[in-house]
Amino acid sequence: MVKILFKDHTGSERSVEAAAGISVMQAAVSNGVPGIDADCGGSCSCATCHVYVDEAWVGKLTAMDANEDAMLGLSSDRRENSRLCCQITLSEELDGLMVTTPEFQF
Amino acid sequence: MSDTPASPELDRRPESKWSMVGRDPYAMPLEQIDLAHPGIWKENEFLPFLKRLREEAPVHYCAKSATGPYWSVMKYKDIMEVDTSPHIYSSEPTIGIVDAFEEFTVPSFISMDPPKHDEQRRVVQGVVAPSNLKNLEGLIRSRAAAILDDLPIGEEFDWVERVSIELTTQMLATLFDFPFEDRHKLTFWSDVATAIPGGGIVNSHEERWEAMQDCLATFTRLWNERVNAEPGNDLISMLSHGEATKTMPPMEYLGNILLLIVGGNDTTRNSITGGVLALNQFPEEYDKLRADHSLIPNMVSEIIRWQTPLAYMRRTAKVDTELNGQKIKKGDKVIMWYASGNQDDEVIENPERLIIDRPNARQHLSFGFGLHRCMGNRLAEMQLRIVWEEIMDRFENIEVVEEPERIYSSFVKGYSKMTVVLHPKAS
Repeated sequence: MVKILFKDHTGSERSVEAAAGISVMQAAVSNGVPGIDADCGGSCSCATCHVYVDEAWVGKLTAMDANEDAMLGLSSDRRENSRLCCQITLSEELDGLMVTTPEFQF
Repeated sequence: MSDTPASPELDRRPESKWSMVGRDPYAMPLEQIDLAHPGIWKENEFLPFLKRLREEAPVHYCAKSATGPYWSVMKYKDIMEVDTSPHIYSSEPTIGIVDAFEEFTVPSFISMDPPKHDEQRRVVQGVVAPSNLKNLEGLIRSRAAAILDDLPIGEEFDWVERVSIELTTQMLATLFDFPFEDRHKLTFWSDVATAIPGGGIVNSHEERWEAMQDCLATFTRLWNERVNAEPGNDLISMLSHGEATKTMPPMEYLGNILLLIVGGNDTTRNSITGGVLALNQFPEEYDKLRADHSLIPNMVSEIIRWQTPLAYMRRTAKVDTELNGQKIKKGDKVIMWYASGNQDDEVIENPERLIIDRPNARQHLSFGFGLHRCMGNRLAEMQLRIVWEEIMDRFENIEVVEEPERIYSSFVKGYSKMTVVLHPKAS
């Protein structure tokens, strides 16, 4: 199991354990973490699973593809460490991953 | 193309030989089904046609229609594939089924591909971003409250005119910082922009074009005022000061204005009306709502699915490709029927029913998916949420007393009139 720490925009935290191989979005939704809408169900086409990845973890993720980059462009709240978390697949190396959900999803 | 009628507009009238109105969808040859015909939408006969094509021809070719040959994509997952593949399915030259008449072309970012689409959209999306909307909530609520408080109790009136149009028009005027007393012009231009000549709003392309020129002149005046003032938070100021848009040619400016007017008007208007109608058709859902107002946000998504205020979006194949077993050729028109995908029981259980506490209600197709996903989706949801919160505070029942009148269009799926009687809450 992989541990993920979700913070919301007010700073309140929630720790979730999930199996390697699923996405951070799926881990959030199946554990009822608020602040993730995932309207498209995980096909990188709605930009409503936007998270800010904790700086220490940014370099450990696989690079985003052009489509994720374009979809993130729809969000007005995009930052350097923005990702769509349906595109982050959990692995043992990501045990302890920290992400923050934005106040609003697109 | 030689088989297409010489006078397409004439042949689109409901009484023409092309009409499908009143015909049994299962008694006609598949290839004759022409979903683009506005008649079946106005007469509310479209659902069985959609169902038959989903079951028998999920990617369907209509070779003969008043608007030329086109493909219909009927299933949720196929629509998703087309919508998220802009490198195969282009939004250019237009997202309507009728190829634009050269001299009446008004370009906007809804009918552009990346990178130009992304650049122009980025300039204006901030105004409808949730962080900006938060500041508008109080204003929307007070305007909705004023409109509802002004309605007659216990007597018949037209909900479309008094509530749906009024509320969305006021909202538009706010977003554009448009002269408030002239706001009804916005409604008119919105109607004209999507009108089919001869369908009741304008009689000819020339008449339509005249109204568009008036719209352009008005917005050019506003542009000139705003560009010479400090940048503000309204859409016109954003366009006139934005790097990617400040040098846009007049027709492109008009196109983007019309896009924002139509996008922010017809769609929400018809969802406000559609919600009232749906709750009348499914009274047990109305009871659920009366018992628990916290269902409103989920109900709003479900209403937007049930109504599907834009029935389709068009793409044009950029290359030869294949979709669900059908070979689509470069240049072919491909129509994604959101109105059908939202009724696809492989994805949505009991799709014909309004179920206000439906799980996954947000996964509907009405906003589209991918790069062209509805920019104003959060504004629309907020408007609908607020209007329903205010309605439930005031009225025990909004009773629909006769069948509503629907719009003659296969694109804008909505209502021109719906007579209701209000019953107040016992105080």
